Amino acid sequence: MRRARFGLIAALLTVSVGAFWQSNTVVAQTKFTTGSSDPLIEYVNEQIRLGWEDNEVTPSPTADDAEWIRRLYLDLVGHIPPADKVEEFLSDKDEGKRSKLIDQLIDDPDYVRNFTEIWTNVLIGRNTPDRTSRAGLRKFLRESFARNRPWNEVVYDMVAAEGHFEENGAVNFILGQLQGNINSEEYHVEATARLTRIFLGMQVQCTQCHNHPFNEWKQDQFWGFNSFLRQTRRIDHDKYDPKTGQNEDDYSELAFTDFSGPVYYELRNGLVQVAIPNYLGTEIDPGGETNRRQELARLMCHDDAEHTVGKAYVNRMWGHFMGYGFTRPIDDMGPHNPASHPELLDRLTDEFVKSGYDTKQLARWICNTEAYNLTSQFNRNNEIDAPSAGEVPLFSHMYVKTMQAEQLYDSLLVATAAHRSGAGSFDKAEEQRERWLRDFLRIFGGNEEDEPTLFSGSIPQALLMMNGPLVDKATSAEPGSYLNSVLSDSRLRNDPARVRSLFVSALGRNPTASELTRLKKTMATSPTPLAAYQDLYWALLNSNEFIVNH
Amino acid sequence: MSLSTPAGMSRRHFLSHMATGSAMTLGATQFLSHLQANAAEVKRNQKACILVWLGGGAPTIDMWDLKPGSKNGGEFKPISTAGDLQISEHLPNIAKEMDSLSVVRAMSTREADHNRGSYFMHTAYVPNPTVVHPTFGSVVSYELGAKRKELEIPSFVSIGGGGMSPGFLGMSHAPFVVDARGNIQNANMDSVDPARLGNRLEMLATIENGFIGSNRGDIGQAHKDVYGKAVNLMTSQQMAAFKVDQEDAAVKQSYGGHQFGNMMLMARRLVETGVPFVEVRFPGGWDLHNDVFNTLKNQRLPMLDTGIAGLVRDLKARGMLDDTAIICMGEFGRTPRINANVGRDHWAASWSVMVGGAGLNGGVAVGETNQDGDRIVSESYLPGDLWATVSHALRIPLDTVHTSKRGRPMKLANGGQPIKDLIG
Repeated sequence: MRRARFGLIAALLTVSVGAFWQSNTVVAQTKFTTGSSDPLIEYVNEQIRLGWEDNEVTPSPTADDAEWIRRLYLDLVGHIPPADKVEEFLSDKDEGKRSKLIDQLIDDPDYVRNFTEIWTNVLIGRNTPDRTSRAGLRKFLRESFARNRPWNEVVYDMVAAEGHFEENGAVNFILGQLQGNINSEEYHVEATARLTRIFLGMQVQCTQCHNHPFNEWKQDQFWGFNSFLRQTRRIDHDKYDPKTGQNEDDYSELAFTDFSGPVYYELRNGLVQVAIPNYLGTEIDPGGETNRRQELARLMCHDDAEHTVGKAYVNRMWGHFMGYGFTRPIDDMGPHNPASHPELLDRLTDEFVKSGYDTKQLARWICNTEAYNLTSQFNRNNEIDAPSAGEVPLFSHMYVKTMQAEQLYDSLLVATAAHRSGAGSFDKAEEQRERWLRDFLRIFGGNEEDEPTLFSGSIPQALLMMNGPLVDKATSAEPGSYLNSVLSDSRLRNDPARVRSLFVSALGRNPTASELTRLKKTMATSPTPLAAYQDLYWALLNSNEFIVNH
Repeated sequence: MSLSTPAGMSRRHFLSHMATGSAMTLGATQFLSHLQANAAEVKRNQKACILVWLGGGAPTIDMWDLKPGSKNGGEFKPISTAGDLQISEHLPNIAKEMDSLSVVRAMSTREADHNRGSYFMHTAYVPNPTVVHPTFGSVVSYELGAKRKELEIPSFVSIGGGGMSPGFLGMSHAPFVVDARGNIQNANMDSVDPARLGNRLEMLATIENGFIGSNRGDIGQAHKDVYGKAVNLMTSQQMAAFKVDQEDAAVKQSYGGHQFGNMMLMARRLVETGVPFVEVRFPGGWDLHNDVFNTLKNQRLPMLDTGIAGLVRDLKARGMLDDTAIICMGEFGRTPRINANVGRDHWAASWSVMVGGAGLNGGVAVGETNQDGDRIVSESYLPGDLWATVSHALRIPLDTVHTSKRGRPMKLANGGQPIKDLIG
């Protein structure tokens, strides 16, 4: 019955791809297109289809426009689409409208903001490490994404960076991982682990203490990478505050410190070993004249024939859009953990590198694929495609993701039109957002390493949504709010039209007939008509459907 | 019918509870009698642990292991106690209860950085880039809380914040943070119109059930479950446990009548309700690089003394001490050497933790430091040994193994062993 319901919506709303939902056999024979004609997208679609055929699954139908536009907005610009954009898209008869919207959103300023947020969280976590400049890192990333700088150059900058943490924001990635005593063996451990995991998609950190249990990586691999970072230290500058009479934090910098020769590490049996800088088999001169981090940056970003940096980025981004990467976790690639679609990953990596590590182009490719355009509803013919149950992902339907804290906040703003009320300056609005996010994140916990498909909701988080100030404001119906605009719009005179508007705003879709019947019954018992709409909007914003990206 | 009824609660119960705001006063007495009825059952076998966290790292050499006659001894004198050990003269009330409490004087924990030390003491593991280990409150929540079906409030409560991360055990075992007055953010029902909330939840159920039935996996149901728990919490009679204000002034006074005392009293009320782990973050820092003796003597120790002594007396009187473990510690101790600012700096090599209750031996000093307090001259202990001791007392099997998200087995308390002098 559910499927019929969504099918009906699809029939009503889908124009360009309307033919696909009707029957699975049609899907299997017809070439999918969003309107883009890039041959690489064809290749991706073929490779994904091979997986379906090999595993005898039939893909889900194409997502209807309402489901798809919400997803695209969340993935590319970090928030749900405003109601008017949804209406516009649904009524657009252009067959190429999906690929056009992709292009449009990739050039939206919120694309830059979204990927800046995502990468800031990946690089230094949501809880900023001590004496690290989140603002500095953001500025560096914002400029990089705004200018669409090649990813290998962005990585080069972060690996080789030196200097003041606000003047050169690229230093903050490594700076954030350097804590404690510089003479301790642990000082560069976290930086080694994060750098290899995030930029190379390699979990070498287990080899800090022992040989890798599942592949040929030996303990010296970790210490080979670690050696590259040994010329690195943080310098914290304090300044005297005459008001308190105490020294306060001023700024920090990432600095070069002399180091030459091998590093020593202990095997489990107590034997001491030596390691010199070694990037995946390429050793460099461990002498004092070598700038080790520059060498590492060069090896990673320019001289690696395997394009490991590119591959790690492709895998992470595929996971960003699809819910699962080609490996699980996305940042644990290696002989022990083969990719689900190895040829596809290699080809995408090659093309990404050929494009000049063009991150916008990669996003464009992925969003135009057939797999990205499927509905998240599975059915009898592909229910075995369930990575959450431990299966290898086949991408025969979209996987449902949980909104990240930033997405949720920004989506609430969109749904309530608070961003358009013009109250206060940009800085003030940003400050407000930061404060709320801090609150929210404290409640959420720092779960930036969880898979996006995992729901890690907690009671305090539910309480914040149910009773917190943001949703309270959203449902207050004060002038300028979306709720107010719906209730005062003379074109929306009758109840169903208003209910429909609230649904489109929060969920990007129309209510079903059975939902309307049930909701009307509840709303009839409200003390006032206003209360009825407020409570409905509360329910929509608190719903599972609102908080997930499907 | 799948209306908005939260799990474990009848709709009628829910509505009658919510019916009018003015019924709350009457309700309060019902809550209390309900609590007392529960307490009778609790007394028999509900194990619990209260961790008193001294954030910043307390100078245990001035509290539990004094060194009179040494250059490191400082200003304080030791006094005799009801147990077989001496402690600081500024802890006279605790001294009277020392027959129930013990001190481990041989902690050697290597991490002298605030963050790393906090992590190590809370989890028994040193920080490791591959995994986030669960703080011990989360472990107890996972092991004991999940089995207490009658418990409607979270099974790991952190009073005053902190408490670290549930790590790979997941957010449902995260510390539930309340402030020193027991306020839970966004759970205040005073301004909520019950009829409106009923309508909201009914409409929420309509929308949520539609999504759950749409064949998109488990997220929809997981979300609904969490909301059910949140509503359950908002409307639970057990919420009264947070309301220290309901206690008589005399009871509050017996805990010292100050903020820390009220936090300890809340901890007792929570344990009585069935919460298996409560962490109380001492209000006021212990990172005493300057002026250590005046700060201790005039501010920190009198509060700590009356708060802990009040708790021990109260637990004893209620027959709960034999089931409730108490630990008092911070992330490390402080340097035996007194610095130029009459302060003490970070020190993890030889320091003390106070522990007792739940059947652990009281009145004992375990282990020994040398005359200057800067070296352990007995067997030394790690945080894992401490948590293994607590696990033993709480009847959590020591061979329990948890599995990290990457499938790596993690031994309970990092494989630590119960401290022999404290058990049996």
